[in-house]
Amino acid sequence: MAQEPIIKIRGLRNSFGEQLVHEGLNLDVRRGEILGVVGGSGTGKSVLMRSVIGLQTPDDGQVEVLGENMLGRNDDEAKNIRRRWGILFQNGALFSTLTVAENVEVPIREYFPFLKPPLLDEIASYKIAMSGLPADAGPKFPSELSGGMRKRAGLARALALDPELLFLDEPTAGLDPIGAAAFDELIASLQKRLDLTVFLITHDLDTLIEICDRVAVLADRKVIAVDTIPNLLALDHPWIQEYFNGPRGRTAALSHQEGAAA
Amino acid sequence: MADLDPNAADRPDGSVYRAVGALTITRAATTQREIETLPDPLTIDLSAIERMDTVGAWLVYRTVRDRGAKVVGASRDEVSLLHQVAEFDAPTRVRPEEAGGFKQGLGEIGGWVAETGRTMVGLVGFFGAVLIGFANVIRRPKRFRLNAVVQRFDVVGVRALGIIGLMSFLIGIVIAQQGSVQLEQFGAEIYTINLIGRITVRELGTLMTAIMVAGRSGSAFAAQIGTMKITEEIDAMRTIGVSPIEALVLPRMLSAIIMMPLLAFWAMLMSLIGGGIFVWLDLGIPLITYVQRLQEVTPITDLWVGLIKAPVFGFIIALSGCFQGMLVQGNSEEVGLRTTTAVVQSIFLVIVLDAVFAVFFSSIGWR
Repeated sequence: MAQEPIIKIRGLRNSFGEQLVHEGLNLDVRRGEILGVVGGSGTGKSVLMRSVIGLQTPDDGQVEVLGENMLGRNDDEAKNIRRRWGILFQNGALFSTLTVAENVEVPIREYFPFLKPPLLDEIASYKIAMSGLPADAGPKFPSELSGGMRKRAGLARALALDPELLFLDEPTAGLDPIGAAAFDELIASLQKRLDLTVFLITHDLDTLIEICDRVAVLADRKVIAVDTIPNLLALDHPWIQEYFNGPRGRTAALSHQEGAAA
Repeated sequence: MADLDPNAADRPDGSVYRAVGALTITRAATTQREIETLPDPLTIDLSAIERMDTVGAWLVYRTVRDRGAKVVGASRDEVSLLHQVAEFDAPTRVRPEEAGGFKQGLGEIGGWVAETGRTMVGLVGFFGAVLIGFANVIRRPKRFRLNAVVQRFDVVGVRALGIIGLMSFLIGIVIAQQGSVQLEQFGAEIYTINLIGRITVRELGTLMTAIMVAGRSGSAFAAQIGTMKITEEIDAMRTIGVSPIEALVLPRMLSAIIMMPLLAFWAMLMSLIGGGIFVWLDLGIPLITYVQRLQEVTPITDLWVGLIKAPVFGFIIALSGCFQGMLVQGNSEEVGLRTTTAVVQSIFLVIVLDAVFAVFFSSIGWR
């Protein structure tokens, strides 16, 4: 693909005290793809995401998002890029003192303070509907929602500004299989409709197999492979083999084949 | 960027909104204003736009929905975006519904009364649970958590010595200074010593310590227990079979009850020292005379009055701190709210009880 990648990471190095998390990590995310990021616990998947979105300052390396260098930027400059991405944190990270609809309005108000309240409410309403929440979820507070609904509300907030790039941190963790499958479907359909690029951290093999275009595997402090799942399976790396060919991996692959055949 | 052209040739009786460039959220406010100024029937021409996002599509869609506008010149992508937006047209409220005016006011008063009643009943219930906890620990002393209690002694008592000492020292100086200014007018400045001795030992030593402990430790109790409630640590404790009352509340209770008299005594001492230094420097009364005079004018019952109140205040502070902490549920805002309530409630109760004690001790002749 000749197109410039939407996220470009080169030589990333992160460490916490003595502990080295990433060293010489390279990764490209192409425009319009759903990239899954996997790795064992403690391989720094979340740290990688936090480095890209600017919550963690790496020791060394380059991070470019949407063609702009992200490191060493001040807040005002970074704002222009922040407007163009949406982030769903692992537990939703909804503002607990605001209702769901108000949560969705927060980013819109921040960047477009001159929108009239009725229009703002309408925008929040359809973002909520788009995330698959019932209409009566709008005036509820996050503490009144179930885990799955909280994730959908977080997604509605992440989509508030029509982002080009969506970061999802374990979107299906803690959901029941039906809810997780529905969430996968939602992400896939939104990605098509809104032409999103999705950076997806997950442990959920079903999610990886069902919706990811490519999968990046984190191990040994770097990305050891980025490819489609069949190509990854052809690689002779013990961790990859164990991950995808373990009992859970086989079940997920099997159900995917059945689904495709039906 | 739009051409406002109310006299377009193809709709002589209506107006045409020609959107140009990007029809996105960036220009949403302007676009909405421009569309609103145009009269019906309205035609929206999308042939000249380069980019449209969901907000732009929503603006077009709502104009079509509400005013029956006609859309022309939309490309296939734009039509599909318009359809998508239409599909998610499900109006939702932003805030929970509220009845307005008088009815709402009445409702709030009712809710407040019910809440206060529930809090009172809950406080009594919690008091009972604590007593049962005490009884259980007395019956089975092995369950007494000595380490937790000693740790609380350190946090509630030892670490408060500095601030309480300093505060009391300054209060002693202030009482002496204010008292001497007034009493000097009658040539009775020697009575400043009576004032210092009696007011600090009988009242202020204990009261100020209680207020400081409520602010320092009562709030900490509420916040700690409240946070543990949110992170489900308390539920985890219950399921393991550890009683949160025994593990969390009793150590805090005991430390407050035992530390309060000690801190109050320390506060009295520091106030007397502060007052003594002022009397010595300003009124020129030697320290030895000050101490002798203190002994003569301050009855020992004043000390008992001060020290008997202290553990009761400690108990009240720990009770309302732990109680409010246990009431936390839901979100982090609640922790702050409950912590504030704990401090306000305990200081209020302390002052009410102080008044009761004052009447009681006077009536038994300890004047």
